[in-house]
Amino acid sequence: MHKHTVRHITAALIAAALLVACGKETPPPAPKAEAPKAPEIMVVKIGSASPLTGPQAHIGVDIRNGVQLAVEDLNAKGIEIGGNKVKFEMVAEDDEANPTKATTVAQKLVDAKVAAVVGHFNSGASIPASKIYADGGVPQISPSSTSPDYTLKGYKTTFRVVAHDGQQGPTLGRYAVGTLKAKNIAIIDDSTAYGQGLADNFENTVKAMGAKIAAREHTTDKDTDFKAILTKIKGRKPDLIMFGGIDPQAGPMIKQMKELGIKAHFIGGDGMQTPNFIKLAGDASDGAMASIPGLPKDQMPGGKEFLEKYKAKFNQEVELFAPMGYDAVFVFVEAMKRAGSADPAKFLPEISKTDYQGVIGPIAFDDKGDLKNGPITIYKVKDGKWEPLEVVKPEAAPAASAAEKK
Amino acid sequence: MEIFAQQIVNGLVLGSIYALVALGYTMVYGILGLINFAHGDITMIGALVSLTFIQLLVAAGVPPAAVLLLAGCGAMLVCAVLGLTIERVAYRPLRRAPRLAPLITAIGVSILLQYSAALIWGKQYIALPAIVEPLQFTVFGAQLTSLQAAIFLLACLIMAGLLWFIKSSRMGRAMRATEQNPDVAGLMGVNTNTVIAFTFLLGSAIGAIAGLMVVLYYGIGHYFMGFMLGLKAFTAAVLGGIGNVGGAVLGGLLLGVIESLAAGYIGDLTGGVLGSNYRDVFAFLVLILVLVLRPSGLLGQHSGDRA
Repeated sequence: MHKHTVRHITAALIAAALLVACGKETPPPAPKAEAPKAPEIMVVKIGSASPLTGPQAHIGVDIRNGVQLAVEDLNAKGIEIGGNKVKFEMVAEDDEANPTKATTVAQKLVDAKVAAVVGHFNSGASIPASKIYADGGVPQISPSSTSPDYTLKGYKTTFRVVAHDGQQGPTLGRYAVGTLKAKNIAIIDDSTAYGQGLADNFENTVKAMGAKIAAREHTTDKDTDFKAILTKIKGRKPDLIMFGGIDPQAGPMIKQMKELGIKAHFIGGDGMQTPNFIKLAGDASDGAMASIPGLPKDQMPGGKEFLEKYKAKFNQEVELFAPMGYDAVFVFVEAMKRAGSADPAKFLPEISKTDYQGVIGPIAFDDKGDLKNGPITIYKVKDGKWEPLEVVKPEAAPAASAAEKK
Repeated sequence: MEIFAQQIVNGLVLGSIYALVALGYTMVYGILGLINFAHGDITMIGALVSLTFIQLLVAAGVPPAAVLLLAGCGAMLVCAVLGLTIERVAYRPLRRAPRLAPLITAIGVSILLQYSAALIWGKQYIALPAIVEPLQFTVFGAQLTSLQAAIFLLACLIMAGLLWFIKSSRMGRAMRATEQNPDVAGLMGVNTNTVIAFTFLLGSAIGAIAGLMVVLYYGIGHYFMGFMLGLKAFTAAVLGGIGNVGGAVLGGLLLGVIESLAAGYIGDLTGGVLGSNYRDVFAFLVLILVLVLRPSGLLGQHSGDRA
């Protein structure tokens, strides 16, 4: 017995020693104690929150890599804020794409006194976390959350660098009437917040542009039989059918559309811009169009250079949102430079005044914290694949065709 | 006129699928006085099993006709065994129990089937691989595919066959005897256990065919697809007069047509106040009206002494 106790104590001591040793490996916190040394090196922590495990891990890791790349680039450049040399550090956390875990992670980052947070990936995680950052006074930029609700909470700390769903409907509308010259348009939605919202925004835009609404129909997000609705629509002879909803409905819908001999264009939002849509619709998917917020990655202004740098560093391709994560860090740092301080209370007002040329293009925020003029890309199914067709700026006329640039 | 014809075609094809599923409800109700709420989910299993068969066989390069035949037979076999098992395990022990008990087990079996399917096939929508491109033709201005025609004709064939079977075969006579009075039928030498088991087997196999049709028609499968289909088919059975096989057929076709017409014209008739998403409401409204005016359904006769 006695022997065992001794052994336990020894084990505990060794463990403690190891812990201390480990602790020493990480650089010491802000070396304010060494004040006499000039110039002072200030450590500024940037948080990154995204799913690093689970089915969405590849996208979450992509965002974190973008943040890491930004931090390394900034440190290599050597940034000064308010006359002090600054060293940036990334604190990456895993929210598991889970709203509950997201709030825990957010609190952890606030407690770790990060200056700013890039995250989260999912709207469902970004929204609950935004309250915690707001309470802690930590500014947050989501690289990817597109739910309009995210910026509607009235928090001054909430921003995003991606176009939101509310901007997609009008963009699709402008594309339908402006580019496709649709005059008689039928609209179907799946009666969900997402689908109906998208369809309403679309309807308002096309009406304002002078197109006629041939029919406005509703289905549900469980239905697979659209023959009756589509038959009615066929009687109105529309030249374009817009669907607000997601792929399990959109797939069978376009299939039944073709079976009924309807030759109109079929267009929808990012809910149907998925490989699954093509699988569900089969050959009928050919020619379908859908939008997705953001530019195709190889068409971003800083895209080519960024993709190469990313590949060299991580030995893998950019998934999706790494450029947004990268730019988000620079937006924070530019605001810090202008404010001359890395204190969130001081540089937060400067974020709203951002006018930054990033990898993804010009970044500026409106009064809600949404990306101003966020681009949206229209894709079209060709030979069983979604291919970028055209980039549309929300407020501007359709830009040059993507196909021409290639 | 073209559009009207198209809506009737849509309705008849949809209705023939409802009718096939409704047969399963009505046969079991006729014999046991039990509403087998798991029947919609047996159809779902039939659909997913045939979907899996089709995926495997298409990948193996089997010719299309053989794919359909094998998928249909496979699904029928699985569903028949499933129907027999459910009857033996979940309903037979409760045959003398108060009426509420088997109803609750039926709901339990339904949920069990749904979540077993979610475990086996996952919760995502499953796509049907392309088998044959159906031919298109025009009838009275309505677009009709060979698939739709095949679904409708096969459904009619099955229904006619079933009516003949119940009327003329030895087993059919035993089924009718059991329906009238199980105890007396037993005294007359009818093995009621076998008859009831056979009824489940037959209903489930027909449900499997309906499942295959749904998969072929919509090209999609999902573990929850049996719920609404079951509810609609049950409605069709009640509409036609539950317990009456001919009534299930009539109710199914009628419900399909009513739904199509409702979705097509309800918006115009109400000046846009009610949209096509109210088609289900409309279908159930017709059901309520029929039940108020004719409580035993359109063709129902037996349900009076059952209820």
